[in-house]
Amino acid sequence: MRYSAFTLAREAILGHKNWPKMWRSPEMKSSYDAVIIGGGGHGLAAAYYLAKLHGITNVAVLEKSWIGGGNTGRNTTVIRSNYLQKESAALYDEAIDMWGTLENELNFNLMVSPRGLLHLAHNTHDMQEIGRRAHAMYMHGVDAELITPEQVKDWIPFIRLNGRFPVMGALLQRRGGTIRHDAVAWGYARAADSLGIDIIQNCDVTGFQIESGKVVGVETSKGPIRTNRVGIAAAAHSTELAEKAGFRLPIEAVPLQALVSDPLKPVMDCVALSNTVHAYLSQSDKGELVIGGGTDPQISWGQRGGFFEVENMISAVLELYPIFSKLRMMRQWGGTVDVTPDRSPLISKTPVDGIYVDCGWGTGGFKATPVGGRSLAHMIATDRPDHLSAPYSIDRYFTGALIDEGSASAVAH
Amino acid sequence: MLLLDCPWCGKRDQTEFSYGGEAHIDRPIKPVEKSDSDWGQYVFFRANPKGYHRERWMHAQGCRRWFNLMRHTVTNEIKGSYKPGETFPPVSPKENQND
Repeated sequence: MRYSAFTLAREAILGHKNWPKMWRSPEMKSSYDAVIIGGGGHGLAAAYYLAKLHGITNVAVLEKSWIGGGNTGRNTTVIRSNYLQKESAALYDEAIDMWGTLENELNFNLMVSPRGLLHLAHNTHDMQEIGRRAHAMYMHGVDAELITPEQVKDWIPFIRLNGRFPVMGALLQRRGGTIRHDAVAWGYARAADSLGIDIIQNCDVTGFQIESGKVVGVETSKGPIRTNRVGIAAAAHSTELAEKAGFRLPIEAVPLQALVSDPLKPVMDCVALSNTVHAYLSQSDKGELVIGGGTDPQISWGQRGGFFEVENMISAVLELYPIFSKLRMMRQWGGTVDVTPDRSPLISKTPVDGIYVDCGWGTGGFKATPVGGRSLAHMIATDRPDHLSAPYSIDRYFTGALIDEGSASAVAH
Repeated sequence: MLLLDCPWCGKRDQTEFSYGGEAHIDRPIKPVEKSDSDWGQYVFFRANPKGYHRERWMHAQGCRRWFNLMRHTVTNEIKGSYKPGETFPPVSPKENQND
């Protein structure tokens, strides 16, 4: 069923009894042209683009639990492309462009809101850093503006400009903003399903069948599948899958935390982040403040971060925005993010023919969902990277052509 | 938050320590004989287990000395810590299961 104002009105009159399920729950077949492991945003997007752009529809997406139940449904929903390196600018800015037209393409309300994103500077070093970043962004054709503390105050009237963390200026990206994260998984799932893709939930991949260096099948908790093309988009779990296929990935799993407050009346219509004090703040359409924190340093799969990180982010938020001092936090959670040595993702072929990866996005993969999925689909369909993903090969760790966003992606690591 | 056991100072909050990644990675003894692939593996590739992990920590706001620690990456259970050069009882395969 195509969603429109007309179908909404019709279903409202008929009592909302006839909405079809957004996707099927098909029986898994014993053979597919391609299998994608991981039913998060990237995996579902890859399946959708395989069908739409490459005409490959005999595809299964295997999800260990439920689709969008991992980091896709657990992030702070922010989109931006304020990166330093040209490879990153190309990748993330393409994603911002794609988000702009995706709702119409998928016929699904993703609540795309390019509301503006401020990256605050609190000291001389920060000012130099955002200056350098802004110029890099100009050079790469990405929108960036350096603004004054007074202009910051226009965006966020209740910010404290002269407290312990004085605001000396900010880097503004007007095209930055937020998107409803669950809707991204659902929208891609629905669109992929309508093109004939099988989404298999509660299906764990337990191994690979590999013959003379080529993949010929996948072992799952629901039985074996014959296929000669496999895309892995399983975030940090990709290392475990890679090990089962006999190769290693330069990824470590670390916890990243976020908080959500009680709902408030609308007070903040932009995203504000701050490198030095690591306050990462926006207000959802439900009225909750969504606050992102930093990662713990050590490997952890516990989906729980250190309390000192919570304390750091809360103290920074209260110092900058004293108006929130009486606010109560409703939820706090940790996700497991897949961090690479240069903080840039892997969109790459692997030592096994026919196995491709789209992982290692670390703390910022959500914003790149369309572009990651499209690049993975291109690689699965053609056995070659597209122009955006070519620099993101695993080979860069052997040639030295790193894409270093370690200190450069807009948040402190 | 972890309670880490510095072999010299005893148990302290994690905030006193800095993390140094996977332990027991030896620098290649004959560097010139190593290929680019070997160097890439040595510099960038690390274990990412769901289970016990031997890792390096430094007591940055205490004695500032490095030590090794064995910790479970799912439960955060700490099996023990030991000084550089010391050996620590290896885990049996049964103990190294994911849960």
